[in-house]
Amino acid sequence: MRIFLIMLAALVASPAAASDWRGDGKLVLTDGITTVEGAAGGGIATWAVIAGNETERGVGATAHASHVALPDFDLEAYGGAVGLFDRVELSYTRQSFDTRGLGAALGLGRGFTFQQDVFGAKVKLFGDAVWDQDRVLPQVSIGVQHKRANRGAVIAAVGGADDQGTDYYVSATKLFLAQSLLVSGTVRLTEANQLGLLGHGGDKGDDHTAQFEGSAAVLLTRKLAVGGEFRTKPDRLSFAQEDDAYDVFAAWSVHRHVTLTAAYADLGDIATVKNQRGLFVQLQAGF
Amino acid sequence: MLLIALALLQTTPVAVAAAEEPIAPYAQSNANAGAKPFESDGMWRAFHGREGVDRIVDGLVERSLVDPRISDTFKGHDMVRLRRVLKEQFCHLLGGGCAYSGRTMKDSHKDMGLQTADMGALVENLQAEMNEEGVPFFAQNRLLAKLAPMKRDVVER
Repeated sequence: MRIFLIMLAALVASPAAASDWRGDGKLVLTDGITTVEGAAGGGIATWAVIAGNETERGVGATAHASHVALPDFDLEAYGGAVGLFDRVELSYTRQSFDTRGLGAALGLGRGFTFQQDVFGAKVKLFGDAVWDQDRVLPQVSIGVQHKRANRGAVIAAVGGADDQGTDYYVSATKLFLAQSLLVSGTVRLTEANQLGLLGHGGDKGDDHTAQFEGSAAVLLTRKLAVGGEFRTKPDRLSFAQEDDAYDVFAAWSVHRHVTLTAAYADLGDIATVKNQRGLFVQLQAGF
Repeated sequence: MLLIALALLQTTPVAVAAAEEPIAPYAQSNANAGAKPFESDGMWRAFHGREGVDRIVDGLVERSLVDPRISDTFKGHDMVRLRRVLKEQFCHLLGGGCAYSGRTMKDSHKDMGLQTADMGALVENLQAEMNEEGVPFFAQNRLLAKLAPMKRDVVER
């Protein structure tokens, strides 16, 4: 929570502190939106771009509130990210996974909620997704996400090996402007169960495996992009098969500083409950 | 009102064409335009030919001169020449068949101290003018894809 407050303070303070710094150096939508894990990207796939509207001359920031309304569950995420000189991204997001009425059926109690904190850091290594239009070379970043879940007892009971863990990823993102097409791919080394909400590792294995996240989006206007994403996930708990995730989304730059995203997301079976497909909505403020 | 504005736009370059300031000699070449032109004339037509490009460039210069983000960067520069060489450059790149007589992007932006955000602002102004001209969005992006790599020569800090 303290980090979140510091981030909010930085977010509020950055325009005022910008003596030689410049606001809004990036082109609209080129900083992506925020994933449910807090990194700049699509909704479920992380991108190599750095959060915020700032260039190599400034410090940008974003804050997001996201909600995925599924048939039997709700996933909420909110947090913030700071983009330092378009080079380093630090993020924090808190996720809440509400089991609603199914909590009772699963033996957890009605409205039982899993939560986790996700602390992220991303560093741009090379390339420029937007400006280097004469090169195929994408923008490439590496990152870590440390995740700490709050339901250790339940996680242990369902076979989870640990209630905290760390993902490592390398991400490549390229805007093909002549085609109005953005493509991104990420390889993530992870042992997270359901993003980490059900801990890390389990009775089917307790080591990191390489998983893939991909996004493709078409720019329809300067302020509107539509696309799709998919993401593979580990399957390490024998009590419930974990499925890959998909979505189709539309991201709308309502205002220079506000992006509204709506998606139809298919998260597959979650904790034995079939076919969790629903609406993802996110409001992001960016500076 | 629109007719008057159009008439002004058309007479302005003629009236001040002689007012370009002298410039140190340099080697002229289409290669100075910084990108290879489109081979067919489809893009030239999407931009409504010479008249469309003239309106876009004039609008871009006027919009940028009153844009507080970047208006200062034009101070002391020859706007008559800027309009002329920009129109040539756009015509050349869009497959309109013009020769480009201006300097390289590196030479023409030397010591201006431009930043990425300056180029971002200019691109936004160009997008606004292309929208006003009714250039289809996908055609806009094809031109921007040719201009974007020039950032490496334009931005110095």
